Amino acid sequence: MEEKKKKKIKTIKIDLDKCNGCKACEVICSAFHANPPYSSNNPARSRVRLIREPIRDIYVPVYAGEYTPAECMGRDKYVIDGKEYDECALCRAACPSRNTFKEPDSGLPLKCDMCEGEEEPLCVKWCITDALIYEEREEDMDEEPKAPEVEAGLKSMIDKYGMDKIADALARMAQKDQQ
Amino acid sequence: MRYGETGYNLEIDLTHGSIERVETDPKDTELHLGGLGTNAKILWDRVPADVDPFSPENILIFSTGLLCSTPAPGANRTIVATYSPQTKLMAYSMMGGVFAPELKFAGYDKLIFTGKSPNLVYIWINNDKVEIRDASHLKGKGAVETQDLIKKELNEPDSQVCAIGLAGENRVFMASIEQGRSSASRLGVGAVMGDKGIKAIAVRGTKDVNVAKPPEFYQLCNEVLSYIKYREERPIPNVMTILQGLGSPQEMKHTDEKWHTENFMWGNARTRRRDFWNDNIEKRWETTQLGARKRLISCYNCPMKCGATISLPNMPTYMMKCFSKLTYTMAAYVDDLDFAFRIAQRATEYGVDGFSTPQAMAFAVELYEAGILTDKDFEGTDTYPACPKDDNEGRFYWLLDRIAHREGIGDILADGTYWAAQRIGNGAEVYAHNNIKKHEQLPLKLGMLNPVYFLMYCTGEKANITQIEGQFPQSPFATKEEKEEFISDWIQVPDEKFKKYVMDWEMRGEFSNPYYPTPEIATDIVDWQEMMHFCDDALGMCAGLSSFPLKPPYHIHNYPKFISAATGMDFDEEKLIEVYKRNRNLVRAINVRRGLRRVDEKPPEDHWKKRFPELEEKLLDTYYKFKGWTNDGIPTRKTLEELGLGYVADDLASRGINIEE
Repeated sequence: MEEKKKKKIKTIKIDLDKCNGCKACEVICSAFHANPPYSSNNPARSRVRLIREPIRDIYVPVYAGEYTPAECMGRDKYVIDGKEYDECALCRAACPSRNTFKEPDSGLPLKCDMCEGEEEPLCVKWCITDALIYEEREEDMDEEPKAPEVEAGLKSMIDKYGMDKIADALARMAQKDQQ
Repeated sequence: MRYGETGYNLEIDLTHGSIERVETDPKDTELHLGGLGTNAKILWDRVPADVDPFSPENILIFSTGLLCSTPAPGANRTIVATYSPQTKLMAYSMMGGVFAPELKFAGYDKLIFTGKSPNLVYIWINNDKVEIRDASHLKGKGAVETQDLIKKELNEPDSQVCAIGLAGENRVFMASIEQGRSSASRLGVGAVMGDKGIKAIAVRGTKDVNVAKPPEFYQLCNEVLSYIKYREERPIPNVMTILQGLGSPQEMKHTDEKWHTENFMWGNARTRRRDFWNDNIEKRWETTQLGARKRLISCYNCPMKCGATISLPNMPTYMMKCFSKLTYTMAAYVDDLDFAFRIAQRATEYGVDGFSTPQAMAFAVELYEAGILTDKDFEGTDTYPACPKDDNEGRFYWLLDRIAHREGIGDILADGTYWAAQRIGNGAEVYAHNNIKKHEQLPLKLGMLNPVYFLMYCTGEKANITQIEGQFPQSPFATKEEKEEFISDWIQVPDEKFKKYVMDWEMRGEFSNPYYPTPEIATDIVDWQEMMHFCDDALGMCAGLSSFPLKPPYHIHNYPKFISAATGMDFDEEKLIEVYKRNRNLVRAINVRRGLRRVDEKPPEDHWKKRFPELEEKLLDTYYKFKGWTNDGIPTRKTLEELGLGYVADDLASRGINIEE
């Protein structure tokens, strides 16, 4: 039997109770990603952003995720333990609706790369209060999606847009793929 | 490109409402570094010697330190400098928090205020965009409340705000500048801010701060972080708990206050309460503290957790750091930590110094008990009630309110105990017994004179609690083994001779206080402690990671490397020591020009039970001589010229001040 493919899962476990609000994670993130590395630092360029409101006891490091060109249809607002977080505060995306996770001058989106090449992400290394803990594990890759699942998905698209439009779209995408 | 610093100051003339971004001379950085050093240079150059602290000619500087905003852990101090309304000398008070880093990210090393605004304003600095905005709607608002209101009004949750409360607006001499969990509290800098009509300063910065030698600098930072971890895991044995670790005394973390409560002098620095800490108090206080404390918190880029968020029912949440936890309640003789947290909340909103204010209040109580103040002084008016009687809590709240509002007796107390005593007269002067240079000191009265502390108390110009502490042990170790253990990994010493001093220092006999350390050795030790304070205050480093605790991560051996890697300037120990001496002498010269002399350099009469007049004179003689100062505490021409301060010598001489040996 063919051996299952493995993938490495990198996780930063964030213990909000241990965060002391010092922003060392932002400091070292922006320094590491400067060009050349460590030549400058600027928390506004950091790929981790500490939501910090001491009087309301809010301390949440949030990591930059994938860029998205579209805004969400709606926005979410969390209330946890009686503390209300700002709209979209806990979202990781750089998106058109806000300036978070964008370079302050160019507006280009930022994304956490787990400090590729380093032993562990540097935000974790510099968080000596242990609010950030790095964990790595291996997981089996998911098997190929089964055909009936693909069909079910397609069928709902066809119901919505009609067979012709979907066939056109598939043809265009296939062409692009070949180019 | 400039490294470490931005190379720009922001000059704001409040009288004319003009705002200017001014490039600084890199030469001044080389000569004075930044922070306190360049602040002193600006005060010397630009503020005439006879200027009244409340004159528009007085300058108020908010400075970053040279290392602020670099990744150097703990480099976050804002160094505020001006002339003090209380001492009339140079005031330099510092705060941690996040203000200085944000200011440098906005592109400025310093904010320099001149003139006086006709109306109450606040300043909004958003990178290059700077506005002077109306603050009339913030008049009378609390210093903590104001920070929040401004962030909301600007819709800038990531901005950092420092603000004064009512006390600063009313030019109370002990008014502080509050910011997050930190404050610049000493020497009346909040009163000068209020006098200039500045309610608050809000900053948001999103620019880069560069370092000259990136890999070297990063390596140095990692070494400091590793050493902090090492020290956290290895508290120093054979010294009191509060001296074992790094940072401020961890009074937010620890609930055991036996040492502080029983060893300091309470009320108006008067009564030692040897049996204060009993089981009942311990249990009640622990419950109160753990209930009120929401979180231990840090300043910018520092792993130490010296502050805490404090939240109690029916009271706005605020942040506290170390010693104000005890000063109000113990000064009031109210043995209740709940009261301590509540009155400190009100005091923080008013924006007052947690050292001077409770002493001024307890001083008033003492004067009343002595019949010098009478019922008439504690009466009410149309606008406020009379002072409650037989109610220590109520009386303290009442006094705090009067001081912050400058109402009735509070208007007199608001100038601090020295000036208040002068105005009250009738023997009140004797009760203002805990001042040096007209400024309230720690409420500490000791037995045997310790020569090192004698010198630091007398000659320090920071007038800050940390000025009397440093990297040398506070008392001798009991055994040879303990001494050997202490010096075995003491990498911070500038010279091996300091290890010998520790080995020789005994608890009793010939080699004990007050005659050992000898005046020469005491001077050596004090010079080292002072050097570290001056380095920290120029670099913006928190004393809690350097000049304040035993065996800190920053010291005279790694500082030159940090400065070189950050700025690209070539610094070694010798050059750094020269800058220290230059800054030390410039601060001294500023104060000499404003009248400071040997006669002012004396601790309170009752500071030690056993005094040694001859020895004390000899200590000062030796110290002055070592510093290259005259016997009146004035830097000599030779000393000044050697440090490139010939222009200072000329100025002093032109005023008829004797600067010859």
